[in-house]
Amino acid sequence: MSASFYSPDDLVALWISLKLAAITVVLLLLLCTPLAWWLEMTRSRLRVLGEAMAALPLVLPPTVLGFYLLLFLGPHGWGGRLMQGLGMQPLAFSFGGLVLGSMLYSMPFVIQPLQGAFQSVGARALEVAATLRASPLDRFFTVAVPLARRGFITGSVLAFAHTLGEFGVVLMLGGNIPGRTQTASIVIFNHVEAFDYAAAQRLSATLLIACFALLLIVYTANRRVPETAASA
Amino acid sequence: MTSRALRGASLLLLAAAFAAALALPAAAEQLNVAVAANFFGTLQKLAPEFEQASGNQLVLSSGSSGQFYTQIREGAPFDVLLSADTDRPRQLEADGLGVAGSRFTYATGTLVLWSPKAGVVDRDGKVLRSGSYRMIGIAEPRNAPYGAAAQQVLTALGLWDKLNQDKKLAVGENINQAWQFAATGNVDMAFVALSQVSNGDVIAGSYWLPPQSMYAPLDQDALILARTGKRATAEAFLNWLRKDPQAVATIKAAGYHVRE
Repeated sequence: MSASFYSPDDLVALWISLKLAAITVVLLLLLCTPLAWWLEMTRSRLRVLGEAMAALPLVLPPTVLGFYLLLFLGPHGWGGRLMQGLGMQPLAFSFGGLVLGSMLYSMPFVIQPLQGAFQSVGARALEVAATLRASPLDRFFTVAVPLARRGFITGSVLAFAHTLGEFGVVLMLGGNIPGRTQTASIVIFNHVEAFDYAAAQRLSATLLIACFALLLIVYTANRRVPETAASA
Repeated sequence: MTSRALRGASLLLLAAAFAAALALPAAAEQLNVAVAANFFGTLQKLAPEFEQASGNQLVLSSGSSGQFYTQIREGAPFDVLLSADTDRPRQLEADGLGVAGSRFTYATGTLVLWSPKAGVVDRDGKVLRSGSYRMIGIAEPRNAPYGAAAQQVLTALGLWDKLNQDKKLAVGENINQAWQFAATGNVDMAFVALSQVSNGDVIAGSYWLPPQSMYAPLDQDALILARTGKRATAEAFLNWLRKDPQAVATIKAAGYHVRE
C-alpha cells in the first residue's frame, strides 16, 4: 500500500467512496425502515403507488437521474432556491448533494429487501405478541425487526455496494472534483480516459476485492443468523 | 479474524489517505479546471510544469463538453473550461457565464482513420471505398466534434448513406469509445483523434490523415468562467498555455495543431 501503488487522488477518492457509501446506508436504513413497514402493513390504496414510486430510481439511466437532480438542486432549480432561501449553499457539486443523489439511486435496494423481510415475518407472530399485550412499537422493535434481520443485512450490503459502484449520478451531480466529489469509480473512469490502464486496473481490482470480501463476510454471517432468529 | 484484518487494512488505507491529503503541496491558489476528456491526458502532463512555474495548483476535472456546459449553467465551481469544441464556450460567454474576451482556441484537433494493425489502412484512405471490412468505429456525430468530422469526411467521399444502410458504422458515445472499439479489435478501423494514437511522431498500426479541407476545423476553445474569484491566476494559466514554448511543444507533440 505504498504511495506509488495508489496516487494521492486514488486514496482520497477511495475514502470519499467509503464515506459516501456508509453515510448513504445509514440514512437509507433510517428512512426506509418505516417506509417499508408502512408499505407492507397498510391496506391503503396508496400502497401500490408507493411501491411503484420506490422502484422508479431503477428505471432512469443514472446520468439522466443525475441531470434531473442537477436541475433540481442547482441555483435555478426548486431545491436549490429553497436551500438558498434558507441561507445555505445549493447541494449540487457538494458531498451533501452526492449523499442525496446516492440515497435516491440506491433506495430500491433497501426498500425491497426490507419489505420482503417484513412480509415473511407474517401477521401471526405480531398477533401473538399483541395478545401478550405488546404495544405496536414494542411489537415492531422486539418482534418484527429481529425477525427481519436478513432483510436489513441484505439491504445494507446491496445499497453499500451499489453506492460504491455508482457512476452516472455522481459524475453529473458532483462534477468530478478531486478531493470533494470525485469517487473511486470516477477516478477509474479518469484513468481509462487518460489511457492509464495500469492505474485503472489497480483501483478496479481494489474495489472488486474489497467488495467481494465484504459480500463474503456478510453472506457467511447471514447464513448463520436466521435459523436462531426464526425460532426465537 | 477476517474482519479484524479487514479493519486493519481499512485503517491503514485511511491513514494513507490522510497522509496523502496533507502531503499536497501548499499552493498560493488552486484553480479548478474543467477539461474535455480528449485533452485530459495532455493537461495532466502540462499541470506539473505550470505548477512549478507559477506556484499555483491545478485541480483537474475530466468530462464531456456537453456535461460541463450543463454543470456550469447550474453553478459548478470551475474557474476555467477547456472545451472540446467552440460552440459551448461561445454560448457560455454570450450568456455572461464566461469572462468576456477570455475565449481563445488553445488546440486544434486532427482526425485520423486508424487501425491498430499494420497494413489495414492505406495512406490515401482507399480502403474506405474497397468495402473489404466489416465495421468502422466513429464517435456520435451529434455530440462529439470528432464524430461530426468523421461524418463530414464520409459524406465528402459519398459513403455516408451507404455505410449507414449497410449497418457498417459502430457509433461510440465519445471519441474514446471509438478508439476502444478499434484498439480491442471489435471494428477493423475507427475515426479517432490523432492525439489518441500518436506518441511523439510514432503511430502504431496503420492510418490515413484525411485532408483538413474535408472537415471543419476541430477547434477547442478555452474560457475563464465568470464566477471565478481567481481571475488573475486563471488569466496567468491560459496565457501560459497559449504562449509558453514548452507548453505549446507538449500540446503539439500530443497530436494537436496550435495557432501561432
